[in-house]
Amino acid sequence: MTSGGFIEHLQTGLWQENPGLVQLLGLCPLLAVTTTLVNGIGLGVATLLVLTCSNALVSATRRWIQQDIRIPIYVLIIASLVTCIELIFKAYFPTLDRSLGIFIPLIVTNCAIVARAEVFASRHPVAASIADGIGMGVGFAMLLMAIGAFRELVGQASILSRLDMLTGGEPFNGFVFADSGLLLAILPPGAFFSLALAVALKNHIDRKRSMSRSEKMPRDLRRARR
Amino acid sequence: MNDRTVVRTGVTLAVIAALCTALVAATYQLTRDRIAANEKALLEQSLQPALAGVFFDSGVSESRLVLAPPHGLPGNDAAVIYRVFANEQPVAALFAVTARDGFSGPIRILLGLSFDGRITGVRILQHRETPGLGDKIESTRSGWVFQFDDRSMGDPLVTGWAIRSDGGEFDQLTGASVTPRAVVKAIRDTLIYFDDHRDEIFLAAATKEDE
Repeated sequence: MTSGGFIEHLQTGLWQENPGLVQLLGLCPLLAVTTTLVNGIGLGVATLLVLTCSNALVSATRRWIQQDIRIPIYVLIIASLVTCIELIFKAYFPTLDRSLGIFIPLIVTNCAIVARAEVFASRHPVAASIADGIGMGVGFAMLLMAIGAFRELVGQASILSRLDMLTGGEPFNGFVFADSGLLLAILPPGAFFSLALAVALKNHIDRKRSMSRSEKMPRDLRRARR
Repeated sequence: MNDRTVVRTGVTLAVIAALCTALVAATYQLTRDRIAANEKALLEQSLQPALAGVFFDSGVSESRLVLAPPHGLPGNDAAVIYRVFANEQPVAALFAVTARDGFSGPIRILLGLSFDGRITGVRILQHRETPGLGDKIESTRSGWVFQFDDRSMGDPLVTGWAIRSDGGEFDQLTGASVTPRAVVKAIRDTLIYFDDHRDEIFLAAATKEDE
């Protein structure tokens, strides 16, 4: 695989086919845990790790896996990886693990992961699959962080609260800008609104881009004709 | 599918399952001690703040007493009591009880009481109250729980053990009264229980680890 291919896979996951923004996969954890930026980082990193490893394993074993049993095998691989990640979180980030709670084990049910195994990793070599896993995982993690940061800023008027869950040490309440925020942002409806805004923003940027491209096109053509 | 493919499929599944199990088992072995240490540290650490100003020399987690419902304490799940001793004399007790009437779901409360019935600290162990409103009962989010420090049954009298809007002496939270009401009520009921059962609490044998 060339380095160009790697960048391309990254871009696909980060933008064109972002699992959260475009494929709208894995919305349950995305909506549920993104009340703060730190939660978003935690679940994002966990999902990224699982996705990359599962893509690698599925791709590495793809020649021996018969069509009929591929789904149970994907589930088996993903579930084992999630259990490992959960144990590692419990051992090294116990407070973060408690804050994310059930959503770490529930990564198993994140359809984005099975989807990448089925659609990509089962048909591509290991290196490409890892690149795809990283791209999709980072894309998903970035979205989790963006929504987490947005909801925390609007809802609590703070940022990076409980950073101690990642770094250890004394409880840290983040950088606080005001006493209280717009509570709606932290409540479940706020999750839907934030995701809708993010999707709308992405579509808006895409449309603007394609418009500026089509505006440029005729001029380029004219110039070529002259 | 003929017989051969069935066998082949079965073997593939078995091999992958074995590999996955090995992976999980290895990770478990590597992280087990750390996780156990974390849990014990977390327990001791989470009990500590509810024992402000109490001198003790006993291992707190070893003196655990688990009471199955019905036990007369708040909540209809098991109540846990940790007894604290200094020179083998009882000095304080920690209660982990559940308030059932919170805004959303049970609120698990840790309440420290000195032998003479003064509150040595209140902490919220677990809850699902509204973020930004009810979650201010957490000691990391506001100072609300500290108003109970040093109070006891008698300071105020039992009728004062309520939030202000119910005619009691304790602050509620802005925008949330259901949550504080539930917590105050659970504390009040625990205090009453302690008054009635103090001696048996300290005399009871510790509950074994695996119970």
